[in-house]
Amino acid sequence: MPVGAASQSQSQSQLQPHGTMQGYDPNSFFCEMLRPGQPQHPTLTLLLSRLAALPISSLRQRAADAERDLLERGITFTVYSDATAIDRILPFDLIPRVITPSEWNQIETGVVQRVRALNMFLRDIYHERKILADKIVPEALVLKNAGYCEAMVGFNVPYNTYVHVCGTDIVRDETGEFRVLEDNARTPSGVAYVVENRHMSLRVMSDLMTGLRVRGVEEYGLRLHNAMAEIAPAAVSDPQVVVLSPGIFNSAYFEHVFLAREMGVPLVEGRDLTVEGGKVWMRTTAGLAAVHTIYRRIGDDFLDPDAFNPDSMLGVRGLIDCWRHGTVAIANAVGTGVADDKAIYAYMPRIIRYYLSEEPILKNVETRICAEPESLAYTLDHLAELVTKPVAESGGYGILIGPHASKQQLEDFRVLLKADPSNYISQPTLKLSVSPTLCDDGVRPRHIDLRPFAVTGKETWVLPGGLTRVALKQGTLVVNSSQGGGTKDTWVLA
Amino acid sequence: MDINPNRHTAYLIARHAEGTIWLARYMERIENLARILDVTNTFARDADDSRNWLSVPRINGDLVEFHKRHQIATQRTVGEFYLLDTTNETSVQSFIIAARENARTLRALISTEMWLQINVFYGHIRALDAASIVPEHFTAVCNMLKDGAQSHTGITEGTFYRDQAWHFYMIGRYLERADQTTRLLDTRFHSLVPREDASDNIDAGQWNALLRAAAGYHAYRREHPNGYHPQEVACFLLANRAFPRSVGLNLGRVERHLTQLRTSYGLRGMSAALERLDQLNATMTYQNVTELASRDLSPFLDFVQREIGGLHQDIVETFI
Repeated sequence: MPVGAASQSQSQSQLQPHGTMQGYDPNSFFCEMLRPGQPQHPTLTLLLSRLAALPISSLRQRAADAERDLLERGITFTVYSDATAIDRILPFDLIPRVITPSEWNQIETGVVQRVRALNMFLRDIYHERKILADKIVPEALVLKNAGYCEAMVGFNVPYNTYVHVCGTDIVRDETGEFRVLEDNARTPSGVAYVVENRHMSLRVMSDLMTGLRVRGVEEYGLRLHNAMAEIAPAAVSDPQVVVLSPGIFNSAYFEHVFLAREMGVPLVEGRDLTVEGGKVWMRTTAGLAAVHTIYRRIGDDFLDPDAFNPDSMLGVRGLIDCWRHGTVAIANAVGTGVADDKAIYAYMPRIIRYYLSEEPILKNVETRICAEPESLAYTLDHLAELVTKPVAESGGYGILIGPHASKQQLEDFRVLLKADPSNYISQPTLKLSVSPTLCDDGVRPRHIDLRPFAVTGKETWVLPGGLTRVALKQGTLVVNSSQGGGTKDTWVLA
Repeated sequence: MDINPNRHTAYLIARHAEGTIWLARYMERIENLARILDVTNTFARDADDSRNWLSVPRINGDLVEFHKRHQIATQRTVGEFYLLDTTNETSVQSFIIAARENARTLRALISTEMWLQINVFYGHIRALDAASIVPEHFTAVCNMLKDGAQSHTGITEGTFYRDQAWHFYMIGRYLERADQTTRLLDTRFHSLVPREDASDNIDAGQWNALLRAAAGYHAYRREHPNGYHPQEVACFLLANRAFPRSVGLNLGRVERHLTQLRTSYGLRGMSAALERLDQLNATMTYQNVTELASRDLSPFLDFVQREIGGLHQDIVETFI
């Protein structure tokens, strides 16, 4: 793995775990702090020595302070069971994840490229459908996709931007290569934690951060508001933006509050909005006031009972009609779900090449599309090593995790796969990178991922950093908050 | 008011206006209830225990609900009913749950420090249990509740941006104070007046408790060092414009904030509320209260309570 290990031994020795980091061993996984085989970064060396010098008791005290602080601030999500409501915090690991300037450059340009391609793809499939005619992406995969929205056909959106806020889930493999795991092009959440985690670092880890020139994350609300103002109906000079939330019982309500506060705009629910005379209004103490852009945090199906789910109580009757007549803007656009679908994901590298004539700056996780004969053959030959997924299912149904499957399961799956190859894709099992994390038995390596947030009005801007999620249980690769995952602050070095 | 011509017109969602009124009212209720419980606790030690504890559900109009759950009123049963019982809509548990839910709804509007304090206060109240209301802790719990509610008031004063939402918040606070003082006066006056000929000791003790429950004891002593007269107590609690919990002062504040909503924010349609307020305010004079109190104050206090309820309704119907 490390090239020229002898010549690097001196500099590598500075990055040996010591002090509080004693016994930290990432094994064969890529460690985001020790970074084997990558060029040294002096800031990381300094950070490691600061961290190593912090007594473990101090780290634990700070972690306890941070946890209490999160509870008191109500930075929580509510878990409802029977008649009780329990407020849970998303665990915060106080050891930051660091991204160097050159790494960030790759992530930032890669995310911008990907968002451009997603928007061009959406524009195309809802208009000319050239990519389908050229057989780059199978027509049925798009037109029969659950996220595909007939109502969007022929409809133009400002700047051809459909995905105004995009969360791109990125992992790093054992060689240190960044790879995109999935695109979240509907209503990605988590950005509030990016900013709150930074505040928490400033409170409890400021000595670790001093002088490191970490890039700020304070701009998000302003950038988002500017993008929302850009897409507002053109004739409006001082557009009224609102955040549309399902309400206080939604698990992401804390984030909805955050977004409204950071943009300085009202946080509304469907019942606060009404459509009259072909326009959207909000009910205020001064009567009805015009609304020009809606940053909605409710799903397509619930937006407008006239257009979609007729039983929805969360939406606004007639909203989609107003949108189609250009009197109001909606972000993200309706019908973006087709672009962040698992099946489409496999085609993303080709989609990028097709529209931009560029190589993807961020690679996908190597994905084989079993509809293609060589991929099917490879998948059948390596079934025991691969993760094989049906493309039409969601929520983890019908997935075969080769290394964990019994002989019988493998044989049964082989039959399913052969019967309908075009319904499947396969990927190698991932060895996610790790980051030093405070655990019960000391500072230990735990798997992480990264979700940067891209905001697009006229142009795309990427918040430096993103949400780093960490799998707190040893060995587990699952970083989801519902599965015992936590978060870390993400430091992009200037 | 000097308004920056370059500001973005910041509208207030009607539902949020109502939420701020309720947030203020619930936090006031916690403070008032804690004070009444504390005064009753201190007061009841020398007198007939069950009679005095029953006065708490009587003040709050809770006799029926109370008797559904408890046969006799003691420190333990009244404490349980008001401090622990989440099924009782007028317990501090119900108040803080409702206050926090309102604060959550208004989270984007209120200050972070307001939210943080309410959230922590909520945690303290939700943690109360049977062990925390035993006699030796009772006053400490009441003090914790008063502290929390008053911290809220202070943080709100110091951090809540003075726009429309603030005015609605203040309207809620002052309506609630006026209402609470009226209730207090109503029940105590009812039981006190017919016993004017009773011994001075008992009367002094009862007036004393009444004024303490309204946080007005020392101020009253300063103004009336010679003793208690029912008309003077009534005037103090209704017509006095210096006592922070008098009905007259609070109604005056409601009027001031309603007027500011009209002049600074151009809100219209509040003539019903202002007219009702004018008429009500006109009754809060020393002369009028003295005259009414020399006969029977109860019908008047009933009228005031109805009118305060009517005011809340007028405001909600106008703006919300």
